[in-house]
Amino acid sequence: MNFERITEKLSILADAAKYDVSCASSGSKRNNKDKGLGNATGMGICHSYTEDGRCVSLLKILLTNVCIFDCAYCVTRKSNDIKRAAFTVQEVVDLTINFYRRNYIEGLFLSSGIFKSADTTMERLVQVAKKLRLEENFNGYIHLKSIPGASDELMHEAGLYADRLSVNLELPTEEGLKLLAPDKNRQDMIDPMNFVKNEILVYNDEKKRFKKTPKFAPGGQSTQMIIGATPETDLQIIHTANHFYKDFNLKRVYYSGYVPVANDSRLPSLQSQVPMLRENRLYQADWLMRFYGFKADEILDPKQPFLELDVDPKLGWALRNLHFFPINIQNADIEMILRIPGVGIKSAWKIIGGRKFSKLNADHLKKMGVALNRAKHFISFSNSLQNLQTLHHQNLKEIILKTINSKYEEHYQPQLALF
Amino acid sequence: MYLLTYDHSVEGFFSAVFEAYERKLKNVVIRKQGLPMVLFTDGMRRVSTNPRKAERVYVKLKALMGELGIQKIIYSLLTEEELCEGYIFDVIKYALANPKVNVMKDMSHPSVLKLAQYTKSVHREKHRMEAFVRFKLTCDDIYYADIEPDFNVLPIIAKHFKSRYQDQKWLIFDQKRSYGIYYDLYKLEIIQMKFNRQYNREEGLEMLKKDEPLYQSLWRTYYAQTNIRLRKNMRLHLLHVPKRYWKYLTEKIPEY
Repeated sequence: MNFERITEKLSILADAAKYDVSCASSGSKRNNKDKGLGNATGMGICHSYTEDGRCVSLLKILLTNVCIFDCAYCVTRKSNDIKRAAFTVQEVVDLTINFYRRNYIEGLFLSSGIFKSADTTMERLVQVAKKLRLEENFNGYIHLKSIPGASDELMHEAGLYADRLSVNLELPTEEGLKLLAPDKNRQDMIDPMNFVKNEILVYNDEKKRFKKTPKFAPGGQSTQMIIGATPETDLQIIHTANHFYKDFNLKRVYYSGYVPVANDSRLPSLQSQVPMLRENRLYQADWLMRFYGFKADEILDPKQPFLELDVDPKLGWALRNLHFFPINIQNADIEMILRIPGVGIKSAWKIIGGRKFSKLNADHLKKMGVALNRAKHFISFSNSLQNLQTLHHQNLKEIILKTINSKYEEHYQPQLALF
Repeated sequence: MYLLTYDHSVEGFFSAVFEAYERKLKNVVIRKQGLPMVLFTDGMRRVSTNPRKAERVYVKLKALMGELGIQKIIYSLLTEEELCEGYIFDVIKYALANPKVNVMKDMSHPSVLKLAQYTKSVHREKHRMEAFVRFKLTCDDIYYADIEPDFNVLPIIAKHFKSRYQDQKWLIFDQKRSYGIYYDLYKLEIIQMKFNRQYNREEGLEMLKKDEPLYQSLWRTYYAQTNIRLRKNMRLHLLHVPKRYWKYLTEKIPEY
């Protein structure tokens, strides 16, 4: 193996792959069989973190950054004058195995620029996964990108070897996609996603009847949208996400704040800031939908199509819906306890467990990990109502904000100023 | 108060619990052997570890608080904290006094909560070690890694590595506690080794397989390239990878 050449390729193809934010290595249970290499534990492990604070769990690379498409937001677009490189199938296999054996990674996340055609590209990605599984007896995590427009046959094979498949929607709306990625169309993205969704349903159903049914994409599907490259509202973004969670059973929707990579009049300027706070608020909203039982239209409504930047979406909802509060911590349902600002899922269950034994007070909650600075205004304790003087105070929001120190404070100017 | 000391092992601790009840001792304090003496005790006894007694305590506690409850007790012991036995014994007394409920759910009880916090810390350290172990391939084909975890988590991470790396020999060595776990392709073994001198990286190099430094270098290249500079956030970075772990992280160590 020529290490200098491999180092150069790795350098180019890791750099080009890093804007894909998915790093999940969880959700798949794959045992190490016949004394082979690796397993997927279901939990996922972040083996390291980059200086930008993102986790490194998979070897995330492109097979090649040669691409026939010219999407404005993408570094590997055809018209961009950059160095191009391509790995061979064997090179990717060797890197994955050697990194995995040293406990650097949980597995491989392989994507690619589209060379020649969708099917040629997809076929090459599948080859890597197949070789890892069948020749190396590798049972670690494999995430393959579904190339828009790839045939059903290839998607089927991909599902047999990969833990997760994903197609990036790229932009939250079809109009945005037309504007920035004229070579792509949404239907080409949705077709493979739909095929995989149905296959997963079929395999899961068969699994119930035949124990030996092979796994098919056990980690499910995910997608990614770029935020802030086009002028969509948060309401549109959240509704798109909700649609894909509901109708395509997606495991995750990722939001990727646009990192300026091109000088193009259709895009924010090269000097613009990455909208990190907005991205953060969207993830919070996403969590509210997936784990806290919120509906998409509770989080935002057409009159207020953007998430507030100075308060998190749960606190925002509570401030708009004061009539649901105060919530009695001693006997409220878990659904309502989850809606108290400052109470997370773990502390909610601790509250449910602990209140059977004693009447909970503020001190208990604090020790359970509740953020009392926010929560106290919305809770009634059985033995004291003193904390509730503020609930209907007209400046409740300001009172709470005074107790929150956010690292994002400097970002509080609305980010729309970018356009 | 009556002082019972034990030999730092889980079995030893359970043996001490057994004796506290067997001898109907009042105001018992259980402590690790070798700690500074406590003044003003009514009596003291060095408990000898007894697997049969330990087993009985284990079975009883498991019936009272389930697998997860027992795990909390064992994890709490792994903190090696000087006062952890006090909280644990407190919870055991609470559980025995209330056999009809699983007291581990009572987060309003200060000792139960303390055990939950211990468990959380130990669990986090376990998870970190499963992530931060960095194997180096030695010339005798053993994947070797040094660790210095905050808590004694090696016994509880071994299972993870055994099920993951079944077709390679590996050895994880806790430099802080001077023992390691070795997998020889068939079984796990606890091993003791003495390092005579300070750890010397250049000298260690000759113990490694020829390709090893090259793969380390590829990993560093990957680690550097996958970072997005425009999103730099050192505060978050350090929260995830505190500096005390850098010593053994290949991506944080300069090239040979």
